[in-house]
Amino acid sequence: MAVVQLPEWAALAPALILAGTALVLFLLDSIDPHSTNRTLLSGVAVVGSLSSLAVAVWFSAAGVGATGIENYGVIDIMGDQFVVDRLALYFMIIIAAVTTLVAVASHDYLRDHTYQAEYYSLVILAATGMSMMAAANSLVTIFIALELTSLPSYALVAILKDNRGSVEAGLKYFLIGALSSAIFVYGISLVYGATGSLQLEAIATGLGNAGEMGGLLGLGILMLIGGIAFKTASVPFHFWAPEAYEGAPAPISAFLSSASKAAGFVLAFRVFTTAFPLDATTDVIGVEWTWAFVVLAIVTMTVGNFAAATQENVKRMLAYSSIGHAGYVLIGLAGLSTGAADSVMGAAMMHLLVYGFMNTGAFLFVGLAEYWGVGRTFEDYSGLARQAPVACAAMAVFMFSLAGFPLFGGFWSKYLLYTAAIEAAADNAAMLVVAGALVVNSALSLYYYSRLVKALWIEDPVLDRDRLAQPTGLYAAVIAAAVITVLILPAFDPIANAALEAAAAIVP
Amino acid sequence: MIIEALIAVTLVGALVTFVAPNRIAGKLAFAISLVPAAISLWLFTAFDGSGNALVDGELAFESRAPWIELGEYTISWFVGLDGISLPLVILTTILCTLAIVSSWTPIDERESQFYGLVLFIEANLIGVFTALDFFLWFVFWEAVLIPMYLLIGIWGGPRRKYAAIKFFVYTNVASLVMFGAFIALVFGLGDVTSFALPEIADAMRNGGPDGLFGLSGTALASTVFVAMFLGFAVKVPVVPFHTWLPDAHVEAPTPASVLLAGVLLKMGTYALLRFNFTMFPNQVETYALAIAAIAVISVIYGAMLALAQTDLKRIVAYSSVSSMGYVILGLVAYTQFGVGGATFQMVSHGLISGLMFMAVGVIYNATHTRMVTDMSGLADRMPIAVGVLVAGAFGYMGLPLMSGFAAEYFIFFGAFGSELLSYSPLFTGLAMFGIVIVAGYLLFALQRTVFGPYRLETDYDVGRAPAHDVASMVVLLGLIIVLGVAPELIFDMITDAVDPILQGGDL
Repeated sequence: MAVVQLPEWAALAPALILAGTALVLFLLDSIDPHSTNRTLLSGVAVVGSLSSLAVAVWFSAAGVGATGIENYGVIDIMGDQFVVDRLALYFMIIIAAVTTLVAVASHDYLRDHTYQAEYYSLVILAATGMSMMAAANSLVTIFIALELTSLPSYALVAILKDNRGSVEAGLKYFLIGALSSAIFVYGISLVYGATGSLQLEAIATGLGNAGEMGGLLGLGILMLIGGIAFKTASVPFHFWAPEAYEGAPAPISAFLSSASKAAGFVLAFRVFTTAFPLDATTDVIGVEWTWAFVVLAIVTMTVGNFAAATQENVKRMLAYSSIGHAGYVLIGLAGLSTGAADSVMGAAMMHLLVYGFMNTGAFLFVGLAEYWGVGRTFEDYSGLARQAPVACAAMAVFMFSLAGFPLFGGFWSKYLLYTAAIEAAADNAAMLVVAGALVVNSALSLYYYSRLVKALWIEDPVLDRDRLAQPTGLYAAVIAAAVITVLILPAFDPIANAALEAAAAIVP
Repeated sequence: MIIEALIAVTLVGALVTFVAPNRIAGKLAFAISLVPAAISLWLFTAFDGSGNALVDGELAFESRAPWIELGEYTISWFVGLDGISLPLVILTTILCTLAIVSSWTPIDERESQFYGLVLFIEANLIGVFTALDFFLWFVFWEAVLIPMYLLIGIWGGPRRKYAAIKFFVYTNVASLVMFGAFIALVFGLGDVTSFALPEIADAMRNGGPDGLFGLSGTALASTVFVAMFLGFAVKVPVVPFHTWLPDAHVEAPTPASVLLAGVLLKMGTYALLRFNFTMFPNQVETYALAIAAIAVISVIYGAMLALAQTDLKRIVAYSSVSSMGYVILGLVAYTQFGVGGATFQMVSHGLISGLMFMAVGVIYNATHTRMVTDMSGLADRMPIAVGVLVAGAFGYMGLPLMSGFAAEYFIFFGAFGSELLSYSPLFTGLAMFGIVIVAGYLLFALQRTVFGPYRLETDYDVGRAPAHDVASMVVLLGLIIVLGVAPELIFDMITDAVDPILQGGDL
């Protein structure tokens, strides 16, 4: 009983609100180019991303995109170029939530920064791109959304332009990003060549006529995987991540490692389930593409965790651990060939949501430490809990949650992944190896995560510090993330079921 | 809802204390901890349940609500009390209150965080002893680890970092082994679709698992039994998994030692009783001899290790290994008095070891040494504290009319007449020999430290112990004597809960 019939494109509201917010920020900047009114600027960004979050949650709760309900259902926009379904909304929620946290935290982090308005508008623009990635349903819109995300990200990584590390990281990120964009777009052209279509469903139907172009299509798919691996910081395109995360301002590291990664994964989920149905694709290219993800998942989680264990720099440790977590999420794609396809993908989506809070929180804590100027290594962090017990308690929550300790969300999403992988192992024995790698890597990760907790809480400070300031924005963001990481536990049932439902809807 | 209230009050209290100013944290935590203590005593008077929580029990204060439904499996919020868990909940709340009081003197930095963590441990311990869903229980079980790791690591002695990490790694690895095994068991139990412990226990006693990944049902059950036994044995701890315990105890601050010995070790034996000895009667029969051997070795070896120590705190720490050995012996006897006595010993040892650690802490606060060789004639300077210490030591040795005597008597009586355990008189006899060694090292230590002429090489002015420390020790001593004189206060409810365990399986 809709009183007001909204136009169809309104279904994209979560992304459109973000785009509008970016425009408002540009407008503000053009009115007063050197404004240092950071409360106004960050306020606009926060209000924009919060509204996007609210609308996405509302749509999701109201059943937009749910299949099997009258008057609702999957909404196709612009001739199927975009699609708003449960999957899209689920990731729009993750992206908007992370963006809100980042915008709140940036308020203090950017205290003496010159390019305030630019910073916020770039963040919101990148978030717009990610939101569109969640809904993009054609290789064209996917590529546009991908670039809309990437270009602001390059600038954001390098935005501390007086800081050599930041500029260098931005350059590296840009070069590798440009290369993978090229690979990705080349992959698109090969897929187009083989199937004669760019729209995802049309590619799937086109597969039937691609019989003789199996090699071409296979190469195209491999290149698409490469582009996705770059965006999600998975092996073998992960080398940029530690550099970029370390050089970038900490809120941007949080943004890139949580929201951008989630956007990369929703892309992968949609492209590989919709455009390349397993059986039809296997008939053409001769091998199941899930094998690529089985290998990638095992290698990525192992490389990420082992590299993280050897770091001395906290931000690099978090960067490598985020590569490890990309490996966990890849399980969602690795298990698609089995009867448990919707469980593995749902578990992977659940992990991305939990990860969105715990990892963002962890990087924002690093931002807090950078704000205080305490240095970057584990040793520099020693004894911080004496001066900032509440923030350090929040950080302990993030660390134990990332490690998969039972009290927090991270344990439950990993447990979900683990049982789903075991379930999948009934059809594909390789999933048993994946599940084993997940457990071993999780156990290993406790070592380096607890090392940070030990530094914060147990070690004595190496030098006397002055009284630490308590910046409201950073504190609010860190504590909000910690509270949600804990509160996901009682609310696990509806959230996990939403993820499983969204996954079941797109898994063929 | 009363159990939820109990946990919630303690958790909220922990948060409040954590952010309170250092100055008032100690008194505030004490005031807060009185609430759960009072609630748990009320639970005792209002207790109205019979049977065993896992086996056809009528639960007191039960509440159950579905929590997470994943696929076909349901995880629920499921708590309740029976005659085994209630005494341990009361032990937890009382010991935590007293541990907080005994921290007033030694803890002089970062107080609010310290007391916040103690209350956080208390909330999770209550959870461990009341939870009846595997996942809920596991969350509480693991959540105890983090604050204890921090308590040892931050406020501990000189080797605190090593001890804290050793404690964390040992017990966490053990938990993971246990967790994996138990999950495999539930997946192997085809008909069970929830993680509620009573349902799993019923399924185990009525046929057991169908098998998983090519393992047959019996093989799976045996594997799980052994893996879980190892997982819990580390927590107890039994020889040879005991090496983390002296390190953790010696480095931990007094109140953490009190909680560690008083309650945390009981988590291990409680879990053994609830899981291994309740759910797997057939495997208990198969492995009885091996378990009894481990128990007796723990008793004798732990006592001999204690005999060899010169650090007063190490003596008390190692004595826990032998006391917990008695608990295992009582469990494996599988008789009413054996299992009931083991449960009684959990409570009794909680009180006595708590008292002993407090006494050692009081002596250390006064003298700044714990070496037996440095001390002599302390009775002249701190008569009341030393009096309580001596009384506690007698309780440890099993002097009649104290709880230790009742507990050990029940265990030996139960073990001697065990039908399940072959050569039970032999095992009992060997274990009883442990009492001689216990008496030996305690008397030896007491004689050198508290009796004789006062001669202490220290710069500190050794005087009477603070009133609040003495008061908390006297409360404990009072409880030890009350339970020694009238063990039926809790023993009746314990046997109510123990009897159903012994009638299950196809024994």
